[in-house]
Amino acid sequence: MTPGEQRPGEPAVALRGVEKVFDAAGGSESVTALTDVDLDIAPGEFVSLIGPSGCGKSTLLRLVADLETPTTGTVQVFGKSARQARLDQDYGIAFQSAGLLPWRTVRANIELPLELRRVAKARRWQRADELLTMVGLSDFAASRPHQLSGGMQQRVAIARALAEQPRLLLMDEPFGALDEMTRERMQGELLGLSQRTGCAVVFVTHSIPEAVYLSDRVVVMSPRPGRITEIVPVGLGERGRRDEDTREDAAFFAAVTAVREALRGHPDHAIRTGRGVEKR
Amino acid sequence: MSPLTALRRMAAPVVFGTLLLIAWQLFVDLRQIPRYLLPSPSAIGEQLGANGSDIIGTAWASGRNAVIGLLVGIVAALLAAVVGMWIPLVQRLLTPLASAVAAMPIVALAPVLSIMFSATSDLPRRIIVAIVAFFPVFVTTVRGLTRIDPVHAELMHSYAATSWATTRVVRLPGAVPYVFNGIRVAASLAVISAVVAEYFGGLQSGVGSRITSAASNTAYARAWAYVVAAIALGLLFYLAALGVERLATRGRGAEHT
Amino acid sequence: MNRRLERGLRSGGYGVLALVLLGVVWEGYKAVGSPDGFSIGGVRLLPRADDASMPHVSQILQRFGRPEVAAEGSPTVLVAVLRAMWFSFRIALAGWAGGAVVGMVLALLMQRFRTARDALLPYVVVSQTVPLVAIAPVVVGWGGNLAVLGRPWQPWMSVAVISGYLAFFPVAVGMLRGLDSPTAAQLGLMHACAASYWQTLVRLRLPASVGHLIPALRLAAAASVVGAIVAEISTGTRGGVGRLIIEYAQSATGDPPKPWTALLGAAALGLLAAGLVGLVDLTLGRFVPAAAAKGAR
Repeated sequence: MTPGEQRPGEPAVALRGVEKVFDAAGGSESVTALTDVDLDIAPGEFVSLIGPSGCGKSTLLRLVADLETPTTGTVQVFGKSARQARLDQDYGIAFQSAGLLPWRTVRANIELPLELRRVAKARRWQRADELLTMVGLSDFAASRPHQLSGGMQQRVAIARALAEQPRLLLMDEPFGALDEMTRERMQGELLGLSQRTGCAVVFVTHSIPEAVYLSDRVVVMSPRPGRITEIVPVGLGERGRRDEDTREDAAFFAAVTAVREALRGHPDHAIRTGRGVEKR
Repeated sequence: MSPLTALRRMAAPVVFGTLLLIAWQLFVDLRQIPRYLLPSPSAIGEQLGANGSDIIGTAWASGRNAVIGLLVGIVAALLAAVVGMWIPLVQRLLTPLASAVAAMPIVALAPVLSIMFSATSDLPRRIIVAIVAFFPVFVTTVRGLTRIDPVHAELMHSYAATSWATTRVVRLPGAVPYVFNGIRVAASLAVISAVVAEYFGGLQSGVGSRITSAASNTAYARAWAYVVAAIALGLLFYLAALGVERLATRGRGAEHT
Repeated sequence: MNRRLERGLRSGGYGVLALVLLGVVWEGYKAVGSPDGFSIGGVRLLPRADDASMPHVSQILQRFGRPEVAAEGSPTVLVAVLRAMWFSFRIALAGWAGGAVVGMVLALLMQRFRTARDALLPYVVVSQTVPLVAIAPVVVGWGGNLAVLGRPWQPWMSVAVISGYLAFFPVAVGMLRGLDSPTAAQLGLMHACAASYWQTLVRLRLPASVGHLIPALRLAAAASVVGAIVAEISTGTRGGVGRLIIEYAQSATGDPPKPWTALLGAAALGLLAAGLVGLVDLTLGRFVPAAAAKGAR
């Protein structure tokens, strides 16, 4: 399945009027995790979801992944229901914890989704080789997860998520457990990967710079009840042109400020210029 | 851990044991303790030498009972645990039974089992060992099969994997360390049960029967010689279980159980 | 506490159901099985199904109601079994208590001194591979030379010591694990507050070990019952369940249900002992959430 294969104009992900209420469990009240969500994500677009705890960003991601079902509203992925998209394996997913199976080698971990789809051994091997090269872990194909660092394990998890060449990548704070330097490096790698594969990405994060650096648009959310408060377009130019120097651009800081102010709840200050350190 | 520390750690029980043996020997010699009260290590050693071939023969017989019972018990426990995954009733029924079995001396079943089956075969003893081995393995295997890392569970759900695929790919391999926890316990219990089951009459082919006959003739040094054999057999089983576990979990790294 | 009580009752309910099913399987086999059992190559793989080898469940239950022996004034089997259970229970209790104390002291020692742990722990583990029948004469013999609190050594004391021998092991191992359970962060906190060993022990390690201690005490209760019964047999002590099992087993040919009554008594005793500790667990569980979580194991 190649990235161009769909009706032009059809969004990769479409949420309409989505609401998610978690029922009371043993005495506590029910929680409205998400309310009144309308969101479209275009094919090949990189969208981040950001907001404080309880804003429903992870819930939103899980609704797209069909790991939860909405109380009201619809979730469509490539024109199908979320459930159908999951059954058709149209997306790959990566969590904050890499979730590698400790008794499998790195290669076997990457091959896992292909194994479950009964792909032939030779083809699995070949695909695993491609993915290992893509994430730069070819030398570690035969290693076990416990022999790898946290960052490397996440790279394996991402490789695994890309195993079936999905058109959509769902990521729930995948770099959350990593140190800042490794994080920045992984962000760069992820940018490159998403460009090369052309897949759409929904990326949940706590970090404003991370959201800005990676995305085309940043969806700002707030809690009680969880909802989208604002969508900030990141004016940093094409994602394919971004590199380490971009982090020190004025435009980068402007975007970060815009997102921060959106998070604080000052929508009229969304576009600003000039704040931040000039590096020229 | 530095090699010196490791050496020191291993030497400690050896040194302690040696000191204990020396103290024991001196105590018996100097205080002229009569044999029926406490045989000395040297007397026991003497008996070990004198009865060497019989010791090996009876240890072999008890060991064989223990191994057969152990294997049957382990296989039955694994099957029951896997069945219990699909039919929760099986697991819910067997778990309280496990506590009950742990609380009663299963070896006391020996006389009635002899009547039910045969007083002249090893089968009643093997059945006892199998029962004793079954429950620890069953309990730990069930624990291992029901514990699944939530991240792995969600991952498999995102792959739209069937229930059987999830079991095959995640639950079964994940349960392996738990299974071995149970096997280690069962291995140690197997030997002691096989030996104690022989107190209750029946074939006089194993270590237990020699211990009781020596004790009833107040030949305590000889009884202890066979006890040493029983201990050695138990250790052997435990180490064998450890060895198999190491082989089966090669390359996995530490997994929290 | 409600949920745990609920869980305990449900578990008990399933236990009763399991027993009933066992009875059904028993009777079912008797109905279809041959009186000679089923043999392959001379080895009987399935038991004899006749009434002499496998008495009916109803016969076993009825046997409880009839007199123990044919002699005049003989109590019913039920009374005899209950008396024996009471006898063994008190000894097992003493063994459990003594074994628990020894186990806890050993655990404290082994946690405090690395060398003690390295030297002793292997022997603690190996101690359980020693058949009790070998220890019995030693204990009895030595007991004969000792006096406890002015009174001469009683036979039941030997049984209690041997029972304690089986009981101390789970307590020693469980308590040690509990004393070791505080995390590096928690220990670091105590160290940063310049806490002495004793302060750390009382304020951190001991509370942390309660969650491990209670399941260990439950295991020890079961072990103490098994130890008491086997010890009674090894030392020839009369009055308890062990002796009863042997005696009734001797009447097996003429009176098939009799040995089974003794066995049921032994099982009931073990369950009772473990259940009592479970009750303690339930009441204390309120104060120690960790115990509640681990008690589920």
